[in-house]
Amino acid sequence: MAQNLQITASSPDPALLDLPWDIPLEDWPTEVLAALPRGLSRHVVRFVRMSGGVIAVKEIGESVAYREYELLRQLSRIDVPSVEPVGVITGRADKNGERLEAVLITKHLQFSLPYRSLFSQSLRPDTATRLIDALAVLLVRLHLVGFYWGDVSLSNTLFRRDAETFAAYLVDAETGDLHQKLSPGQRTYDVDLARVNIIGELMDLAAGELLDEDIDTIAIGDALVERYNELWSALTDEESFGADERWRVAARIERLNHLGFDVGELEITTDIDGTSVQIQPKVVDAGHHSRRLLRLTGLDVQENQARRLLNDLDSFRAATDRQNDDEEFVAHDWLSGVFEPTVRAVPRDQRRKLEPAQLFHEVLDHRWYISEQQNRDVPMPEAVASYVENVLRHRPDEMAILGLPPDAADQQE
Amino acid sequence: MATVTYDHASRIYPGTERPAVDQLNLHVEDGEFLVLVGPSGCGKSTSLRMLAGLEDVNAGRILIGDRDVTDVQPKDRDIAMVFQNYALYPHMSVADNMGFALKIAGKPKAEIRSRVEEAAKILDLTEYLDRKPKALSGGQRQRVAMGRAIVRNPQVFLMDEPLSNLDAKLRVQTRTQIASLTRRLGVTTVYVTHDQVEALTMGDRIAVLKDGILQQVDTPRALYDTPKNVFVAGFIGSPAMNIGTFNVVNGVAKIGQAQIPLTREAVAGLTAEDNGKVTLGFRPESLDIVAENDPSAIEVEVNIVEELGSDAYVYGTLKGDLAGADLASPTAGDHEVIVRINPRTAPGKGERIHVAIRPGQEHVFSPSTGLRLSN
Repeated sequence: MAQNLQITASSPDPALLDLPWDIPLEDWPTEVLAALPRGLSRHVVRFVRMSGGVIAVKEIGESVAYREYELLRQLSRIDVPSVEPVGVITGRADKNGERLEAVLITKHLQFSLPYRSLFSQSLRPDTATRLIDALAVLLVRLHLVGFYWGDVSLSNTLFRRDAETFAAYLVDAETGDLHQKLSPGQRTYDVDLARVNIIGELMDLAAGELLDEDIDTIAIGDALVERYNELWSALTDEESFGADERWRVAARIERLNHLGFDVGELEITTDIDGTSVQIQPKVVDAGHHSRRLLRLTGLDVQENQARRLLNDLDSFRAATDRQNDDEEFVAHDWLSGVFEPTVRAVPRDQRRKLEPAQLFHEVLDHRWYISEQQNRDVPMPEAVASYVENVLRHRPDEMAILGLPPDAADQQE
Repeated sequence: MATVTYDHASRIYPGTERPAVDQLNLHVEDGEFLVLVGPSGCGKSTSLRMLAGLEDVNAGRILIGDRDVTDVQPKDRDIAMVFQNYALYPHMSVADNMGFALKIAGKPKAEIRSRVEEAAKILDLTEYLDRKPKALSGGQRQRVAMGRAIVRNPQVFLMDEPLSNLDAKLRVQTRTQIASLTRRLGVTTVYVTHDQVEALTMGDRIAVLKDGILQQVDTPRALYDTPKNVFVAGFIGSPAMNIGTFNVVNGVAKIGQAQIPLTREAVAGLTAEDNGKVTLGFRPESLDIVAENDPSAIEVEVNIVEELGSDAYVYGTLKGDLAGADLASPTAGDHEVIVRINPRTAPGKGERIHVAIRPGQEHVFSPSTGLRLSN
């Protein structure tokens, strides 16, 4: 073979060497491919089975590949929801010695859903709104850490269920740049581009008759701008009040916590005579609830799942009358007495369809629903059985949306 | 249509001392294709992003036409970043792929159609307008992406390394297309690349930057023939110019035995800081094979011959008593000199050849300042 492969990876998997790097990605044999839906991309992208998991392989210019690899590494280091980079492979050549494009490899995000499959699953009508909310949160989080995306779109994002909402992950960082701090120009350009791209993507779905005719694509795009601006100002605006209203400091922090953010640093200034106070959050970190749940139970889940689990933990505490006990002890008992038995009560073959935290959330929802219906407090084991029978059995497996032949999965060509 | 003016425009990143772009003064004419080029970290992309409104201007200002846009939001600057995003939508026709941004902007249908048709005519896409993107070739897809920018009728096109993620073949093809298109459209274009070949082939004028400072702005020919300083001399041209520092005795530079007479003007430009030395540059094609006893003969031992079909290049080492002379070409090894030769009479490895700089084709620079001393 006339190729001189060079693999750059932080922890290279030897199985990488077995893949057919001497064939252009476009022509890779079906046996190695995983049948996952592909998004819109200007590059050739394929999902490939490797070592029991799935990786995404993208053919891209060498310098751009290294650049994006580094950026994704930096983003994972600072805990921004993004796909995890595996490595870059250069020096590819085909059997005739013809040079082939470099590739960037990322891990496929388990349980992630591209927007195209979410829309084609005929979900509830507010799906679009919830996706937009998730994307707005992601964009704000990226902008807070100084990341300019340069090509925000639904295609460049993956979604994971997060209780009744979605959590968005950055997939494509090709046009991105990490700065110390973004200028208003960079932020507005990103948001404006996001709006145009999202509307374009929805118009495309409409043209392909994958979107309900009544959906106003432009309104959805505008909603992103609105949600982004609301969240950005809630997180960063300066607030001014009289010195006798100091409770407003605590109120602001609580409001940010409610939005899912922790305040790492709050700047408080008073004017010279001390009659008025200005506060402005300087450092805010997303993940208030998921951090709290992780600390209490060791469960590492998404923000709204954590919020839901914490609510259940609180009601467990009240129901067992343990308000005066240490929260950590109560959390431990809730974990071993409520959460784990519930998840375990789901048959193994059904369990893998959703993440455990998402399962638990849906069981809680279901219990509430049947309790209402039957006008009694349905106990947990009964609720789980009913949920499995009436809901979960009819759900697709979302660990990796399989079952599509690779050709049907390909939405680019 | 508009001019673009950088007026002492600077960008200083917080926490850094050296400006990323330092007092840039640059005027781009209406309809001109200007290329910003330089090595990585030279400030070319930052300069472009300042014009786009994506980077703050910390001092000075930027004008598009007569309008000061220094504090104007990106979307209100009437510019188009071309190729920023060009994933095509599979279910939409080529026409809709080009015009959807106008639809979002609420333009009337008839106007969108006529603008799209006009752009398609220029882009040679008329017959594809009602087809889906999957029917297009790679090059045609690129043109649709270009069409998205054209239909918006911006005053200025901005392109930041637009070809960097294309494969080599498509890159050369698209390069030619962009260059001819923008000229036909007559839209002022600012184009960033790190590739000097791309710059030379595309730009009406080229601005060379290094460390945030504009080194020279000129036509490709002028940059090649009369680089203003040693950096530009070494950066522009492929293979690069041979550049060395040599002793000067009585107005004559000495490369080993070879005597290179300097112009009076050049000698007058040397100062005490230059320590009796001069920096000479000579392009590989400015060297002729001469007889050993020629007074200006430079002896070169051949290390390798690079055959390119129509041309061949000798990469060799200077021989003879160099007396501390220091020679290098940015595209060769240290102490290596590159000579263009007739491929039909190419010498073998290890052979010695004698070359002379064609009179008047040497570039003379001051070793202390790096500035050009002669025309």
